[in-house]
Amino acid sequence: MAEKRGRTLAEKVWDEHTVRRGEGAEPDVLFIDLHLVHEVTSPQAFDGLRLAGRQVRRPDLTIATEDHNVPTVDIELPIADPVSKTQVDTLRKNCEEFGVRLHPMGDAEQGIVHVIGPQLGLTQPGMTVVCGDSHTSTHGAFGAMAFGIGTSEVEHVLATQTLPLRPFKTMAINVEGTLRPGVTAKDIILAVIAKIGTGGGQGYVLEYRGSAIESLSMEARMTICNMSIEAGARAGMIAPDETTFEYLKGRPHAPQGEQWDEAVAAWRELRTDADAGFDAEVTIDADALTPYVTWGTNPGQGLPLGETVPDPEQLGDEGARYAAEKALSYMDLEPGTPLREIAVDTVFLGSCTNGRIEDLRAAADVLRGKKVADSVRMLVVPGSMRVRKTAEEEGLDTVFIDAGAEWRQAGCSMCLGMNPDQLKPGERSASTSNRNFEGRQGKGGRTHLVSPLVAAATAVRGTLSSPEDL
Amino acid sequence: MEPITEHTGIGVPLRRSNVDTDQIIPAVYLKRVSRTGFEDGLFAAWRGDEQFVLNVEPFDRGTVLVAGPDFGTGSSREHAVWALMNYGFRVVISPRFADIFRGNAGKQGLVAAQCSQDDVELLWKILENEPGTTVTVDLAEKTVRAKDFSAPFEIDDYTRWRLMEGLDDIALTLRHSDDIAEFERNRPGHKPVTLPAEQPQ
Repeated sequence: MAEKRGRTLAEKVWDEHTVRRGEGAEPDVLFIDLHLVHEVTSPQAFDGLRLAGRQVRRPDLTIATEDHNVPTVDIELPIADPVSKTQVDTLRKNCEEFGVRLHPMGDAEQGIVHVIGPQLGLTQPGMTVVCGDSHTSTHGAFGAMAFGIGTSEVEHVLATQTLPLRPFKTMAINVEGTLRPGVTAKDIILAVIAKIGTGGGQGYVLEYRGSAIESLSMEARMTICNMSIEAGARAGMIAPDETTFEYLKGRPHAPQGEQWDEAVAAWRELRTDADAGFDAEVTIDADALTPYVTWGTNPGQGLPLGETVPDPEQLGDEGARYAAEKALSYMDLEPGTPLREIAVDTVFLGSCTNGRIEDLRAAADVLRGKKVADSVRMLVVPGSMRVRKTAEEEGLDTVFIDAGAEWRQAGCSMCLGMNPDQLKPGERSASTSNRNFEGRQGKGGRTHLVSPLVAAATAVRGTLSSPEDL
Repeated sequence: MEPITEHTGIGVPLRRSNVDTDQIIPAVYLKRVSRTGFEDGLFAAWRGDEQFVLNVEPFDRGTVLVAGPDFGTGSSREHAVWALMNYGFRVVISPRFADIFRGNAGKQGLVAAQCSQDDVELLWKILENEPGTTVTVDLAEKTVRAKDFSAPFEIDDYTRWRLMEGLDDIALTLRHSDDIAEFERNRPGHKPVTLPAEQPQ
């Protein structure tokens, strides 16, 4: 391995936020630029502050929204599930008591926490961003160091605006080449996870690099960084460039005037030095990628759509064989079945992975003038109220409704089924979300992770499909 | 967090290995919005059995849990530590702890003391032969004592120091408040703030 001289992007951001270097076994103290809060992992953190008589140190670096368990229909009515209602009410009470800005259900800026941060321009290059949610890695698309934390850590950040942490290792994910039409960011990240496995990134910050990454839009980059955690990594990052600056310019919380110029100058420094060394490197050939879908019960169990359900007997590793057997039994799939022949009854378009406006546009382009198959129920859940509004201004809602899909309010919805949007036992979905764990979308439900393009084509044909099958 | 250099309390023999966090507190009990009150869910599935050790006097007043190996495996839920502490436990002794549980315990002030399997077996016998026997866990000496039994235990030095100083992570970080304030003064002016909220366009 090359001797380390220069620094990686991750190391630069870490260094810039080190309040204090730890001595010996002691961790570093890292300053946190932005703390995102939602209703499920915050109640005990606020309660801890209250018990200790502490305040939120920087309410001006904290923002809350209601997303995980809010309903996506009839949002003007009281929440029917008493547990969800208690959590939402508690968040409202806590935000009021501690002076934290909250975008509640029904608000114009409400939405999934990882959709609204970037949308408001609050997520910017070189920042440290945390949230009590593992998909906080999304914000790394801006060249921020962004990661999920536990409830005690949420309390720690609320009280001190810092976290005690030991540095992560760094891994380069080089994606070189040009994506073929119909191949998306989701296919890149599913291919990455299939390659390095769900534990491959453990202890690392991933930096996605290469020509295929540089050609992606900000929203596509967010899709990739979002699923870093599914490879076991704490965070994923992409160096900021003109695409990043273009996305940010003019957003409500983006710097303005002289501060904009100052910020862009600082952001341009946020690149891995040519003479920096990574602790590990992985390369993906973008030219060779085709749409990816998962067949099993973890996000690493994915294959190109043109393949067949794998035969566990053919897998060399005993652990992988056992996991595949267990997965196929849960998924009720036979080895050798072409993935394209797998019929679904539900299609879910949404989540912090693929619930942004570009995702909705891509799916609407496939669905325009077509019908969702009679055997399929399709849910379209915008990632935020603003995404929903933009989509309606563009007439996308009409495309979805005319095709026979359900047009919903914003939230996490069927990605994790904490609200009433759930699969029933035995139901099978093609889902643009991020986890195909057993029971994730509802007890006994079976999930195939797909891109928005594959989701839309699958809705039309009723079996896992890409737009070229139509 | 209260400083703890030594703790003495009734020992509870839990003759089980692989006590995962779903056993310590089942998911159905995770719905509270406070950090207190989880004692009802502690070992909920087992407490239905009236022979279960915590249903037997004087073990129901125990504060030192002596368990088999691989204690705290599975889900990362911090509620497992909260449930044990809410019930009254201050110490868990086991030949091996799951990493995440040990980390969570250290954050909350629950002592996770690692003893050898042989010493745990000896402790079980003492506690079963004479229910109500108190166990002393001495962090300064890193020893466990019960009657004339004495054995060493392991705990990492950083966690031990924090427990003895009574420093939770937050209190520890707040010792560097001046450094944080200094850092805040030097942050670039272009960094965003969330307040005041922008009016929706």
